[in-house]
Amino acid sequence: MQLVTELLGGNRRALARLITLVENGDPLKNEILQSLYPHTGKAYVIGITGAPGSGKSSLVDRLLQEMRGAGLTVGVVAVDPNSPFTGGAILGDRIRMQDHALDRGVFIRSMGTRGSLGGLSRATRETIQLLDAFGKDLILVETVGVGQSEVDIVKTADTTVVVLTPAGGDSVQTLKAGIMEIADIFVINKADLPGTERAAAEVSAMLDLKSCCDWRPPVVPAVSTRGEGIGALWQSVQEHREYLEKSGRLLEIRKERISRELTEQVEHLVKTMVWEKIKVRMTLGSLVEEIALRRRDPYSAARELLAQIEFPVP
Amino acid sequence: MDMSSKRKIRVLVAKPGLDGHDRGAKVVARALRDAGMEVIYTGLHQTPEQVAEAALQEDVDVVGLSILSGAHMTLVPRIKELLNERQLGAVPLLVGGIIPEEDALALKQSGCADRVFTPGDPLESIVSYIRDRCI
Repeated sequence: MQLVTELLGGNRRALARLITLVENGDPLKNEILQSLYPHTGKAYVIGITGAPGSGKSSLVDRLLQEMRGAGLTVGVVAVDPNSPFTGGAILGDRIRMQDHALDRGVFIRSMGTRGSLGGLSRATRETIQLLDAFGKDLILVETVGVGQSEVDIVKTADTTVVVLTPAGGDSVQTLKAGIMEIADIFVINKADLPGTERAAAEVSAMLDLKSCCDWRPPVVPAVSTRGEGIGALWQSVQEHREYLEKSGRLLEIRKERISRELTEQVEHLVKTMVWEKIKVRMTLGSLVEEIALRRRDPYSAARELLAQIEFPVP
Repeated sequence: MDMSSKRKIRVLVAKPGLDGHDRGAKVVARALRDAGMEVIYTGLHQTPEQVAEAALQEDVDVVGLSILSGAHMTLVPRIKELLNERQLGAVPLLVGGIIPEEDALALKQSGCADRVFTPGDPLESIVSYIRDRCI
């Protein structure tokens, strides 16, 4: 495929076009990803997550400076939500990163969630692969502004940075499951606001209760608008990477990820196959009517639908 | 509604140059969002190079410029030139703002702008123009 060859040759427009094709679920999607797969696996993926307005985009912008200063090339995937009503979206993360727009070592792509609820979009992982194959050393993934439980990023990133702000609630919040469990590094952003020390202390206290692992997530105060604490954050990212590499954890994490991807691929194929059959043979309309009238129930109806499909013998 | 498999119209809304009035751009961005499009908004004070590069990286279907500074006769041709350099000459370039009629005509005749919208043009006309161009 021409575009794939161009991407591997370093053509930015080909990269952008291929991301669109993959994101739109183009019929060529699998062919594209298959042919690029041997060129992936080299990039290191860093996830940035946190509440809306916590300063994720500004942190990404500042981190880009550090990374470029270290001579590394970077791909950025920035995710913002699509409307559940119209499907439209305002993708505004780029605003904070425009200083890097002309740097050929940086490629920034904004994406909508397009119905996904885990803080990323379905095409995020595939876009990471394209940026990886393109040759970026590092890939920064900025999630949508999250609440407590959108934790897909931890399945995608090698290092996950959770961004908190001083006014994030009392110490019970730090005990809750979900977002507080996935951090490899905590950032207390907007650390010029009152309450920073208390917030940092509460996170540290929460970490004291957890004694399972060799890596204790550092808590880094930062003021991203002024560039304070960014050096320390970059340092922490590098230390975490070093820890993962030396302990063999990185290899484990990546194998777990591949195993999950393989499972998902199989599930996806089965799902597509089943629905194709069901669409061909029958419509759901009359069943829905009957279930709505309580003449039927969805549980036995589902089993009956499946019973009518002849599965191909593998 | 399955939103995962459909192709979406992606629009870059950019404010090149030095004027700081982004109300209009935001209203247009919101209208396009409500029409189901993905709008990449780049914020104020963009250079022509930044606009062209964002259009390339985001692989947009349409570029919309909002210019209220009066510098449109410089900015629009320059952005068109930079889009051409990136093989993005086929991407429709729309301009909105305070653009005198003769300038609008000149921009269109020179092939720099595909369409110029001025105050008073209904938002629906922008939405439907983009929809028609992206079919």
